[in-house]
Amino acid sequence: MQTNITRPKWHHPGRRLMPDFDTVLNTFAMWVLAFLWALPLLYAIWTAFHPAAYETRFVLTAPLTLDNFVKAWEAAPFARYFFNTVILVTLILICQFILCTLAAFAFARFKFPGSSILFTLVLLQLLVMPDILIVENYKTIRALGLVDTIVAIGLPYIASGFGIFLLRQTFMTIPKELDEAARVEGASFLSLLWNVYIPLAKPTYLAYGLVSVSHHWNNFLWPLIITNSVETRPVTVGLSVFSAIDAGLEWSVINAATLMTSGPLLIAFLLFQRQFVQSFMRAGIR
Amino acid sequence: MLHRREWVYGWLFLSPALLFLFAFTHYPALNTIISSFFSTPKGRRPAKFIGPENYQTLLQDEVFWKVLENNFWFAVGTIPISVALALAMALWVNSQLKGKTMARVAYFAPTVLPLIAVANIWLFFYTPGFGLIDQLRSGLFGLPAINLLGNPDTVLGAMIVVAIWKEAGFFMIFYLAALQSIPPVLKEAADIEGAGNFYYLRKVVIPLLMPTTLFVSVNAVINSFRLVDHIFVMTEGGPDNASSLLLFYIYETAFQYWQTGYAATLTVVMLLLLSVLAIGQFFLFDRKIHYR
Amino acid sequence: MKPKNLISTILITSALLFGTASTASAVDLEFYFPVAVGGKAADTIQALTDEYVAANSGVNIDAVYAGSYKETVTKALTAARGGKPPQLSVILSVDMFTLIDEDVIIPFDDLMQSDEDKAWVEGFYPAFMENSQTGGKTYGIPFQRSTPVLYWNKEAFAEVGLDPNTPPTTWEETIEFGKKLVKKDADGNVTRWGVRIPSSGFPYWLFQGLSTQNDVILANSDGNQTNFDDPKVVEALEYLVDLSGKHGVMAPGIIEWGATPKAFFEGQTAMMWTSTGNLTNVRNNAPFDFGVGLLPANKRRGAPTGGGNFFIFREASDEQKQAAFDFVKWITAPKQSAKWTIATGYVAPRAETWETTEMQAYTADFPPALVARDQLEFAVAELSTYENQRVTAIFNDALAAAITGTKTPADALSEAQKKADVILKDYR
Repeated sequence: MQTNITRPKWHHPGRRLMPDFDTVLNTFAMWVLAFLWALPLLYAIWTAFHPAAYETRFVLTAPLTLDNFVKAWEAAPFARYFFNTVILVTLILICQFILCTLAAFAFARFKFPGSSILFTLVLLQLLVMPDILIVENYKTIRALGLVDTIVAIGLPYIASGFGIFLLRQTFMTIPKELDEAARVEGASFLSLLWNVYIPLAKPTYLAYGLVSVSHHWNNFLWPLIITNSVETRPVTVGLSVFSAIDAGLEWSVINAATLMTSGPLLIAFLLFQRQFVQSFMRAGIR
Repeated sequence: MLHRREWVYGWLFLSPALLFLFAFTHYPALNTIISSFFSTPKGRRPAKFIGPENYQTLLQDEVFWKVLENNFWFAVGTIPISVALALAMALWVNSQLKGKTMARVAYFAPTVLPLIAVANIWLFFYTPGFGLIDQLRSGLFGLPAINLLGNPDTVLGAMIVVAIWKEAGFFMIFYLAALQSIPPVLKEAADIEGAGNFYYLRKVVIPLLMPTTLFVSVNAVINSFRLVDHIFVMTEGGPDNASSLLLFYIYETAFQYWQTGYAATLTVVMLLLLSVLAIGQFFLFDRKIHYR
Repeated sequence: MKPKNLISTILITSALLFGTASTASAVDLEFYFPVAVGGKAADTIQALTDEYVAANSGVNIDAVYAGSYKETVTKALTAARGGKPPQLSVILSVDMFTLIDEDVIIPFDDLMQSDEDKAWVEGFYPAFMENSQTGGKTYGIPFQRSTPVLYWNKEAFAEVGLDPNTPPTTWEETIEFGKKLVKKDADGNVTRWGVRIPSSGFPYWLFQGLSTQNDVILANSDGNQTNFDDPKVVEALEYLVDLSGKHGVMAPGIIEWGATPKAFFEGQTAMMWTSTGNLTNVRNNAPFDFGVGLLPANKRRGAPTGGGNFFIFREASDEQKQAAFDFVKWITAPKQSAKWTIATGYVAPRAETWETTEMQAYTADFPPALVARDQLEFAVAELSTYENQRVTAIFNDALAAAITGTKTPADALSEAQKKADVILKDYR
């Protein structure tokens, strides 16, 4: 017992001097996995900056070029696709924030008949997501006359069961005394929400934002079905064109296009990764 | 009085979200069930009620059974491995190991690369002869070329690897957040007790992570039905439907074969499967979770 | 009563306004086109469309790049079902029966008034018209059409003592040459295959080369009867399977279409079968001297045609239909057609185009471009039936099953025939 208690005191410095087998093994495994995970990205960078002849040959003397980016840029209106995706993702995020905040607040703070049934119906959407209801949702969008609009890509997703659930959980942790105090001062529910709840739930919004943005940035099937034109097509649908061609794959051009369009998000993550993880932690998504 | 007001406000705050939820989830889900009992409208012929005929077709549809089996193996292959890897990644990245920041970026990169585009890169990795895997196989071991995508025995495995690669880093974020919220006192206490790292992991960390595991695995289950983008690029479900998954088959049936009635029937099967799985999962994990 | 009156007055006035406006100003056309080859195709279509609009002040054309072939037909059909189809679209010629079945297109005969127009239709190569006509009517006008040809690596031929300028001309020669061309490394692993016939995605297309060479047609011209289990089809599939199995001149398993040109450039195969749509790509990227030839023959020479036709949609107004027809006539005329062919490598669908000075200069500089045209003499319609995508999918699955060895060619094909019969019996 005695030795056990004293051990931690010198245990850590000791480990620093002589890394034990466990640490070496873990470091090695972490690096191998990281390399494997980064491999597609590394390959994309390699091919995008080298001539097509070096797509399959990895020699350090390979000449560098930006031609692939030029070709990709000319092959499809990527600036427009990128713009569309940014608009789409922003639109969805804003609407989700508004709708989910209101609904989550209602579930967290109001007592009214039917609320538990409604909450079950909301949770149902975690499961029955719009992605698998493409056929019926297409009919609805057509009936609304919204086929081939950016709004149509977003509509099925803006009321998110996941978002409502997450925000409700956060709102429930906020002590009731806070809003009672505010209500005594005569604040309306909306100002209560705006001044107390939303500021306190900031980490949840950031964390949920990351999930939402990465989902819609990557989404392919629904936009493929619902969009027809350059003015509405997001990046994913624009990129799919390269994989369906008669003339065979040109990896260098595909990868240049991929880097051009994913680069901004990747860099954003690089810059903000610490904040993201912390926000997840504080959001209580665990 | 106050009660009445809460009522009104509750409904008022809920209604915008509910409107969209009903319009794009509940209404289409119900409609799918109804459509599954109708024939496909074509040209001038409107849809007509045909009872369970679509379901009879379903039972005899070899492709459907094949796709269902594939989806089963795809789920079995992706869910446990991607969740386990996510946990391992989170543990590593959360530790004091050298290079953990680089590793975190590497693990997360797949999340921001659209699968539809990266699938082309994986296509290169898998290409027999000059693909990356074959270059390594012949360069390092002198092994013959291997056609992973062109062989019905290996193609689904190849698809599973891509899906795991895509998912694990995303799930890692959730575990990472959960790990950082475990009080350091627990580790100190374990050290005091003389518990080894592995014992601490098994008896303390993993039980505390159970809610995250539930959340992540529900997501993994859903993704195992949802993630089909790479199939469009890499195999189109081939060879002979060996890599086709349920959602891909639904897409083909609805938007390539134009059999919307039958596609609705397939969607109903998918809805049923997801419900059963989710309910099962909640029950399975319920006993093991320590709620806060 | 009053508000109602007001509304109807507004409606009538606006209808009048819009009505007069549309007759006075331009006819608006929406035109979907797919792109299945590299970047230049979309630019060329856009440039040609602009040129036409500039010369015809009465017409406005909105050319919509609609994605791949598959996406284009999906979009056109979903739009048509929603009541808002384009007036004109380039769609795979094989989707003709599907479009007729959905009742969304009209035959060009409805628009052809003069004898001149009728003579114009006669001017297209018959091989291309097979997929464009049914029941005595013309539904599609050939535009971006292709056919598979044989590409071979002359340096590899010379290396193994074959005449670099003589490709195999028969099935037997393919095997014989192939065996000579297969190269192995010290470990006994193949580093170069003899021939590569890609089989991913749409294996039926190249397979149709083999079946045609074996003197059998896969589907009738009414699109309601297939011959998948014909002994000659089985024989053709056995030949394809044996290329990898028995003779060992081709890589086993499903061979990826998209990676095929790259495999050729990398010297992984000495010969490949692929679309003429690849001519420009191979010309720009092959690091060696290459040849382009007709596909080899067995009982006869043969190849399928492929690619897209113009279709005019039923929903359009009469002016729109007439304008669309006029545009189709213009863009398939020799001068425009030559520009299109030179930019993309697609086969010019009319003999007169090949007589233009531009085409003469192009083919003199690059004789392989002529191979596709010469092959048209032996070409047949690409497999096309009612419920085309479903029937083709069944056939593709059967081919894939045989190629990967999960079923024998005979079993796979007879099962496919049974399934196709079930689908097509409603159309007989």
